[in-house]
Amino acid sequence: MLVYLIRRLGQSLLAVTAMAFLVFLGVYAIGNPVDILVSPDATQAEIQATVQRLGLDKPLWDQFLVFVGNVFHGDLGTSFVYGRPALDIVLERLPATMELALVALFISVAVGVPLGVYAGLKPDSIGGRSVMAGSILGFSLPNFWQGMILILFFAVFLGWLPAGGRGETVNVLGIPVSFLTLDGLKHLLLPALNLALFKMSLVIRLTRANTREVALQDYVKFARAKGISHRRVVFVHILKNIMIPVVTILGLELGSMVAFAIVTETVFAWPGMGKLLIDSINLLDRPVIVAYLMLTVFIIVGINLVVDILYSALDPRVRLSEVKG
Amino acid sequence: MTALLDVRDLKTHFFTRDGIAKAVDGVTFSVERGEILGLVGESGSGKSVTGFSLLGLVDPPGKVVSGEIVFDGADLVAGGEEAIRGLRGKRIAMIFQDPMMTLNPVLKIETQMVETVLAHADVSRTEALTRCREALLRVGISAPDERLASYPHQFSGGMRQRVAIAIALLHEPDLIIADEPTTALDVTIQAQILAEVQKLCAETGTALIWITHDLAVVSGLADRLAVMYAGRIVEEGPTSEIIANPLHPYTRGLIESVPHGKPHRSLLQQIKGMAPSLLNLPEGCSFRPRCPRADDACRRAQTLGTPLPGRHVRCVHPYIEG
Ligand SMILES: Nc1ncnc2c1ncn2[C@@H]1O[C@H](COP(=O)(O)OP(=O)(O)OP(=O)(O)O)[C@@H](O)[C@H]1O
Ligand SMILES: [Mg+2]
Repeated sequence: MLVYLIRRLGQSLLAVTAMAFLVFLGVYAIGNPVDILVSPDATQAEIQATVQRLGLDKPLWDQFLVFVGNVFHGDLGTSFVYGRPALDIVLERLPATMELALVALFISVAVGVPLGVYAGLKPDSIGGRSVMAGSILGFSLPNFWQGMILILFFAVFLGWLPAGGRGETVNVLGIPVSFLTLDGLKHLLLPALNLALFKMSLVIRLTRANTREVALQDYVKFARAKGISHRRVVFVHILKNIMIPVVTILGLELGSMVAFAIVTETVFAWPGMGKLLIDSINLLDRPVIVAYLMLTVFIIVGINLVVDILYSALDPRVRLSEVKG
Repeated sequence: MTALLDVRDLKTHFFTRDGIAKAVDGVTFSVERGEILGLVGESGSGKSVTGFSLLGLVDPPGKVVSGEIVFDGADLVAGGEEAIRGLRGKRIAMIFQDPMMTLNPVLKIETQMVETVLAHADVSRTEALTRCREALLRVGISAPDERLASYPHQFSGGMRQRVAIAIALLHEPDLIIADEPTTALDVTIQAQILAEVQKLCAETGTALIWITHDLAVVSGLADRLAVMYAGRIVEEGPTSEIIANPLHPYTRGLIESVPHGKPHRSLLQQIKGMAPSLLNLPEGCSFRPRCPRADDACRRAQTLGTPLPGRHVRCVHPYIEG
């Protein structure tokens, strides 16, 4: 297990470094940042001074090393707009995004798995077919459009839920969260639902496909032949087997949930990292963009690591072969 | 005394997109208490489906469409799921063909055994565990505590099949349906398991339906044989009599294709032709296109006759001397 952990950590580090390089290339090296940073009527000497200050006259490789060095010290530059460290600004927005993503993930599992199992056990029933039809909608309608329809229906037409913002928050361990206050919960519900819909459809389809496959396995038939209750067959023998792929996919999807949150946060004016990113792009606040990208990479790689470990905890076959290997 | 199990005109059909596959089409046989019945036939003849039908475990698109399965006086077809649920695992147990697939890969052996005990017996977990340990010892698995804490993938195929047999024996059922439990194992283990199952069934008075395509395996084991072809029983009777004097041309073909006791290089007699598609069975006798004795009389619908005492055969030209 330890060998496995170390190997996985090494892989993660490699992934972060590779992404750092891409982010660096994408944001620093493409185009000439000086054009944006220096006013159009600056003199040649002023431009020269800026270039030197930013180290842009050094070879690309050196610039990258400086960038990586700074990243490892947690220094991702100072925001042009706020005049504070970019990473701090992004980190302040992290809890809002994580809360949104986790609640959305919870909704997509809590609703998606039961519906998927149901549709998998009764694929030809009207209920099963409706679930599948619904999941196709969730899959194919654009996320921002779903968000606007949700706002139109629940906020404008019915007036039950607010259309945007985070509502009242309380601090838990110094982190502001919405889901513990009624007002916050109301604000959270629509954006979380919006973010969850796509993943929910994914979970439904994945669960259904796996349920159908597992339900036909000999070991399920054998379990039934042993005379144990139908409930136990479904909730222990089938569910435990389908949770393996579901957990894997979901872990990987949590990362993309953080990324997808950009759209949802913009539609619902949710004050998270995604909205910050869009605002920063509009303001050309490059350090904040870099900080966002690096932090997101870090989160996604971290999540993948956790998922792999969880996966081996769920599947005894993986556990054993890794101990041996 | 009435038979333990009396199957009458059982029909299990699969309603597939391409048509109705009559996997079991009018099967009739019975099993006495403590008796071993060998159910023999080529691959695809409907042996497994017959076994699953008895336990009400036929998956859609399959369905038991008609017939009677009278177990200890109660008709399981008429009684439906209600009637069969309490019997599964308790009075009728089943052992499957492929031991690599029968145990749930993500559950410990302990979990899979204890749940079987608790499904039918109102005992404590400790008591259930004790029974599991005993059952494992009975099938020749040593260090049961260690085994109970393991997962199936840590076992060999033979070991897994022993565990499956131990599970089947947990409640000392009246009937065990063994669906080719040794086909996937190598020959030495096959022989061991065969001997053990025979011994255990004799000890507990359990009746056994031993399903196989291998006549050599079952001839030393079974009291009676039922030979199945394309969803029907074509011949049925005491094992020794059938082996010595097969009445149906198909049975004769099966016996001649067994290598047992032949001089080393002599050619085995094969049954010519292939098993017919269930979707497109010939009218009359389904074996007709492959049969050396077939003539026009075989085009008519066939019924099970009794040309000799205790011998049933579905053929208009059985091999009867004189
Ligand atoms: N799920 C299914 N859908 C459609 N037809 C099926 C299905 N399961 C079984 N059948 C039909 O039932 C027939 C008999 O199958 P069965 O498994 O009983 O054969 P078998 O005698 O046990 O063969 P084997 O020795 O290979 O195990 C098959 O040939 C097939 O046509
Ligand atoms: Mg079979």
